[in-house]
Amino acid sequence: METSILFLAGSILMGLGALGAAVGIGILGARFIEGVARQPELMGMLRTQMFIVMGLVDAVPMIAVGISMYILFAVA
Amino acid sequence: MATEGAALTSGEYIKHHLQNLTFGQFPDGSWGIAHSAAEAKSMGFWALHLDTLGWSFFLGALFLFIFYRASKKMTVETPRGMQNFIESIIEFIDENVRGSFNGKNPLVAPLALTVFIWITLMNTMDLVPVDWLPSLAQYIGANFFGVDPHHVYFKVVPTTDPNATFGLSIGVFILMVYYSIKNKGIGGFTAELTLHPFESKNPILKVLLIPANFFLEFVSLIAKPVSHSLRLFGNMYAGEMIFILIALLPFWIQWTLSLPWAIFHILIVLLQAFIFMTLVIVYMDMAHDKGH
Repeated sequence: METSILFLAGSILMGLGALGAAVGIGILGARFIEGVARQPELMGMLRTQMFIVMGLVDAVPMIAVGISMYILFAVA
Repeated sequence: MATEGAALTSGEYIKHHLQNLTFGQFPDGSWGIAHSAAEAKSMGFWALHLDTLGWSFFLGALFLFIFYRASKKMTVETPRGMQNFIESIIEFIDENVRGSFNGKNPLVAPLALTVFIWITLMNTMDLVPVDWLPSLAQYIGANFFGVDPHHVYFKVVPTTDPNATFGLSIGVFILMVYYSIKNKGIGGFTAELTLHPFESKNPILKVLLIPANFFLEFVSLIAKPVSHSLRLFGNMYAGEMIFILIALLPFWIQWTLSLPWAIFHILIVLLQAFIFMTLVIVYMDMAHDKGH
């Protein structure tokens, strides 16, 4: 397959994934800080929940990064 | 980054580090270890990745051995270092399982502990410098087995192999389906798949809505193991890939990138194992949940 198309494909994949992840985690972090500002004593518990949700929000972008790295380096 | 080494270009170096040690049947019918990526691909679906299998078994055995020794040597009066450490891990798992799991099943907490510690150990192999263990494997291959060093492939992080992560998540999926059927019966399990989310009192409408419901619920059911395993795979593969890319830089500048990335990767290692474990507990909870 054309190397140039493969490079483009890998880059678009990673770029859009990064866009989604950044926006999602940014909103998540903002809500976390808001929640801690309202109830500082819950910071530990909220932090744990934030990391759990971050893992879920990050899942598909990370899958996209994995596939994109594979395309960029192992296929192209 | 197009450094021309004496033997390998940067592209070849990367591709070499991304290839597993594959054992399978060659196209001509003989069995053996693949000598190149193309040969490995020609072995088809039923080829075994010996390095993934070896490292995951070894790390699993190591984890079991350490925990077994700690449990044998434990004292109630004056707990020492290792026992304290293992106790804190067990308390952490206990807290997490109690928080998310509302059913009654003695399998879930040990399952969560195993999954967490095993995945942490497998992921931590990514922090070993990229060339150390593969070079050792090449040395052993060249001097004890008479194999051309360029054909010795050795990936030491089992979780960068989708086979390993899918093995874990399909195992969890099988447990989930088994406990769903055990707790809700076949009828209850199929009812969950075919009568939600579009519900109705009219039996004829119920039957008509079954295809739509089944389609939605089936996709959601299959998405669970797929996303579960690919999340772990994607994170670890991307991490290892960046380590390999950093390894291409000259040694006097390498540490400025590899140090922050390695520190960040320690967080990712633990976080991904924790997320995998949390999702295992949540899926088990969904399997034991009798009221929808």
